[in-house]
Amino acid sequence: MTQRVQVVENILSANDRLSSENRARLDSAGCFSFNLMASPGAGKTSLIERTVQNLKENYRIGVIDGDIATTLDADRAATAGAVAVQINTGGECHLDAVMLQGGMNQLELTALDLLIVENVGNLVCPASFTLGTHKNILVASIPEGDDKPYKYPGMYQGVDVLIINKLDLLPYIPFRMDFFQQGVEILNPGIITFSLSCQTGEGLQPWYHWITQQISLFRQAGENHL
Amino acid sequence: MHELPVTESLLEISLRHAAQAKADRIISLNLVIGQLASVIDDSIQFYWGIIAKDTPAEGAVLNFRRIPAQFHCLECGLVYQPGEEIEPCPDCNSSKIDIQAGREFFLESIEIE
Repeated sequence: MTQRVQVVENILSANDRLSSENRARLDSAGCFSFNLMASPGAGKTSLIERTVQNLKENYRIGVIDGDIATTLDADRAATAGAVAVQINTGGECHLDAVMLQGGMNQLELTALDLLIVENVGNLVCPASFTLGTHKNILVASIPEGDDKPYKYPGMYQGVDVLIINKLDLLPYIPFRMDFFQQGVEILNPGIITFSLSCQTGEGLQPWYHWITQQISLFRQAGENHL
Repeated sequence: MHELPVTESLLEISLRHAAQAKADRIISLNLVIGQLASVIDDSIQFYWGIIAKDTPAEGAVLNFRRIPAQFHCLECGLVYQPGEEIEPCPDCNSSKIDIQAGREFFLESIEIE
């Protein structure tokens, strides 16, 4: 006899469960973390280099780099002064909570203040897979064009912070900032935004300041919890 | 695209619920997918045929219920369904929008025997 069973379960619930475990591990290690997502070539690795170089005096920084192949990005992060781990996803177009767990196992989390996760360059798939990091950050860049929020609503909706990189190219590229911002506003009203250039260094200070602020808020929350 | 892990997760969830209900076989799955969730039905269908083979879910039919996006304008209160592309409020052109529907991505129920 046919019978209907109510399920009502999120399709990626297994990933969501594991990402909660990752979060709990990061919390108990006292390590603040964020997941950087972007299309290929938006400047994730350049932003990580800049950030590590600027903040390494004050914080111990780890980087987990997801890529389909090569260790190029982890090498750049390590050269900048981070403890870096490369995850090769072997064709998978995004990191998921299991892969992040594998990367975290290779790091001594209690010896880190900040963990930066660099996701695979892709504006579609990483949006669906929570990792357990404290913040999700999207790096957009001027040469990608101003229509990206409209084309990739899932990504623009799901993030806590938006970085607009390659601001130095704005005079050379037809990019309607108001059209871009309108799409962002519809999908993610009031999102914290940093406009900057990793090339010239313009606009990076507020970004560094934000990270510093987030780390102290995270530590205060940890102390209150104890 | 990430339809393979999505389909694997779908199989895991449906087999678990079928086992709890002591079912012999899964006949169909009822999925709810919002317009803003970037998933392609055909790809899920394709992977399903491969990974459900030799399980109690082999041959189960996938029913997709698509939910159109629904936006609520926070300025003038209009509730509207955007077209294929997201768009500001057609009445007052505001982009202060609350997304009321369109993000759904879950397995609602399964039919078993």
